[in-house]
Amino acid sequence: MLTEFATVLVFIVLGAVTVTLMLFVSRLLQPRNPTPVKLSTYECGEVPFGSSWVQFNIRFYVIALIFIIFDVEVALLYPWAVVFQKLGLLAFVEAFIFIVILLAGLAYLWKEGDLDWVRTMQEAPARKGEK
Amino acid sequence: MNPLFDIAVSVARIAVFFAFVFGLVVVMTWVERKGAAYIQDRRGPNRASIMGVTLFGMFHPLADALKFLFKEDFIPDGAHRLFYQLAPMFALAPAILTMAVVPFGPPVTIAGKQVALHIADLNVGILYLFAVSGMAVYGIVLAGWSSNSKYPLLGGLRSSAQMISYEVSMGLSVVGILMVFQSVQLSAIVRGQGELLFGILPRWGVFVQPLGFILFVTALYAEANRTPFDLPEGESELVAGYHTEYASFKFSMFMMAEYIHLVVGAAVLATLFFGGWQFPYLGDSGFAFPGGISVAVPAWAVFLLRIGSFVGKTLFFCWLYVWVRWTIPRFRYDQVMRLGWKVMLPLALANIFVTGIVLLLIDRGGF
Repeated sequence: MLTEFATVLVFIVLGAVTVTLMLFVSRLLQPRNPTPVKLSTYECGEVPFGSSWVQFNIRFYVIALIFIIFDVEVALLYPWAVVFQKLGLLAFVEAFIFIVILLAGLAYLWKEGDLDWVRTMQEAPARKGEK
Repeated sequence: MNPLFDIAVSVARIAVFFAFVFGLVVVMTWVERKGAAYIQDRRGPNRASIMGVTLFGMFHPLADALKFLFKEDFIPDGAHRLFYQLAPMFALAPAILTMAVVPFGPPVTIAGKQVALHIADLNVGILYLFAVSGMAVYGIVLAGWSSNSKYPLLGGLRSSAQMISYEVSMGLSVVGILMVFQSVQLSAIVRGQGELLFGILPRWGVFVQPLGFILFVTALYAEANRTPFDLPEGESELVAGYHTEYASFKFSMFMMAEYIHLVVGAAVLATLFFGGWQFPYLGDSGFAFPGGISVAVPAWAVFLLRIGSFVGKTLFFCWLYVWVRWTIPRFRYDQVMRLGWKVMLPLALANIFVTGIVLLLIDRGGF
């Protein structure tokens, strides 16, 4: 098994070298004559407006949080799945309780609307003068 | 125990599989365009020629590679220079690394020594696969953020949120397979699929885990950002998504990463759910059909049939990507997230639950 892991290590080094080498070769071959317009970021042909490092929707962060919880669950279930047939009913019940606890969390998120991408579908309140 | 022999075998295995995957990547870019063309009743690429030979446009990928290599590669003004250059590396390197654990043929005996056709037969095969392919998200996030441009930022955010959402379902959909075959080692899973189910069907993953298979395929398409989940590159809204600001070879590295993911994904799909190199009803010494009919086949033919079986399955799933891409329209983003969290995740958990109950019943002699 150690040989196999050594092979993977060699492979990782090989992957890194391949990637670096590719960039290096293209660097040697390509022309280089930058102009200010060429270097400006793309915004549909307009002059770029401010920086793009702005605040973004908090929902992406919430999704990342949920992901961590469930990915840890997946990581825990893998070893359980491998030995499941040897352990039998006891293992099944334990994993079931574990999954149900996490499912309760999912149900809570569902109810709170954290899984919905479109939060509000009702129209904006009518302004004065409009009917 | 000759260390030189071991090293030579390792080098040969790496070279063969590298060539296989990269060759398939090149062919895939051609198949994608040619397939699209024929599905839409066009001719597709057919102009590139070497000495008047066009070979159905097979030289287009070659021309593309050369063009990418010779194009100017610039870094936009506002970009974070380090991360901007690291991003394509972070995208491509994990894609290459995922190849390492896929078994592409049965063990063969060379010079009296058993050689597994595998770059590395890790005992944590599937964990390695998910760990490495999960790293691809970094390339996308870095690319989207470091470009300092609006479209890449939005594309990168969307893409990463989508990938992590489906990663959970993907991980859970495989748990059923692990429960049935009792291993995370890919070679052991393939060996387990050589047996027969009820004496008729090959015991392939797709027959013991039909729901797991559907979930895995869906998650695979979403992970690879393929249609119908190609929102990160929804060109009508986001120009080109996270790699809008990339040009030249860095752009082609993102493309290569995408296609390597497709090819390795197809190979993993064949391995986990379609028996890998197993040929239906083919044992070590010949065919043994249900009903007691058996046909003897020489060892070399068995070997070739098995390799061919793996390659054929992989090619089919590669073609399936193209087929699906030009058949099914793109989802809306809220639909994608709803499918991921509200449909796939509960179904994957239910699948584990049902698999557990069925296995327990079989164990108690209920069947």
